[in-house]
Amino acid sequence: MGFDQYHEPPDELPPATRTFARLCASLTEEAEAIGWYEQRIAVETDPEALAVMRDAQGEEFKHFAMDLEFLMRRTPAWREIAQGILFQTGDIVEHGEEAEAETFEGDGPGAEGDLGDGSLGIGALRGVAL
Amino acid sequence: MNHLLREKAPISDAGWNMLDEEARERLTPALAARKLVDFSGPNGWEYSATNLGRVNRLTAAPSEGVSGLQRRVLPLVEVRADFELSRAELRDGDRGAEDVDLEALDKAAHQIAVAENVAVFHGWKDAITGIVEASPYKQATLGKVTDQYPRPVAGAVEELLCNGISGPYGLALGREQYRRVVETAEHGGYPLLDHLHKILEGPIVWAPGVKGAVVVSLRGGDFLFESGQDLAIGYDSHDGEAVRLYLEQSFSFHVATPEAAVALKA
Repeated sequence: MGFDQYHEPPDELPPATRTFARLCASLTEEAEAIGWYEQRIAVETDPEALAVMRDAQGEEFKHFAMDLEFLMRRTPAWREIAQGILFQTGDIVEHGEEAEAETFEGDGPGAEGDLGDGSLGIGALRGVAL
Repeated sequence: MNHLLREKAPISDAGWNMLDEEARERLTPALAARKLVDFSGPNGWEYSATNLGRVNRLTAAPSEGVSGLQRRVLPLVEVRADFELSRAELRDGDRGAEDVDLEALDKAAHQIAVAENVAVFHGWKDAITGIVEASPYKQATLGKVTDQYPRPVAGAVEELLCNGISGPYGLALGREQYRRVVETAEHGGYPLLDHLHKILEGPIVWAPGVKGAVVVSLRGGDFLFESGQDLAIGYDSHDGEAVRLYLEQSFSFHVATPEAAVALKA
């Protein structure tokens, strides 16, 4: 069993950071799976197999979106930047630059000296011992 | 800077890390409700109410030919526990002291965790209906003889099953009841804790503030805790000797299925 999602000794990381790292790893895996299905679908000719793989890829879209939403709920600066970029028409790079500037140079949650939402990041505790 | 005003406090980054870590360590074991009910959020400090999907009919209309409804929402409550720390102790922490006196923070953390547990399980007058007060079942008694606890707990599980409430089930135990369960072995040396686990198929939780015990279904969708600002340490004021801080959160709690829990008296 690997613990590759951690780059620092897990024992030194607070539980909220370990959870965050697990979801980041999960997000990466879902994105990889979406890419793999895209390649398989591109070369497959059997219509029934194609239908199965399109359905499976749809599941990965859902998983990716859920992971992303979780991570952004815990990271206000990430959320604010994403809100400036996602589901917009127009120039993606321009939106990205604007969202970043607004978040880190304005009074957004990522502004210098700010500590995100300032919470302890405890959240849900289902599955935590005791 | 947000409403917690942390940047105004005379506390170093290392000091804030120490305080946040101490608070997490103290809060996590005591926040029993979050181990048993559905948690959503956090939605931020500005979030003020939970949607109930319900309406009240308005008797008056602004003009002829129309009728009106008004949405019903569940307002969030704010809970705050103030505490004061010595600035000299915090300076010693910056120097690397391992035994900084954070007793006031520990006490505030326990108080706010107990407040959350009590609000969720027993309610908060005029603000929150708790699981125990919503439960429609007659309360059985745990009694003083600890090795007989499996009988009322199994009875509670059976009552939930009879009402179509599936498991797994969790058990919140008040401090005294938890201590008794952990220290007790039944006839033949079988730990009572393990026996109760087998009945419930879910966690047994130390729940300071809970009176007696509560068996709840963990199937989901029955007990809804919605967080606005999750637990955080904020800054109030300081002088040369002390810094005054507080632990704070905002949340709502809603019992969607009163039949999904059985309370047991001490």
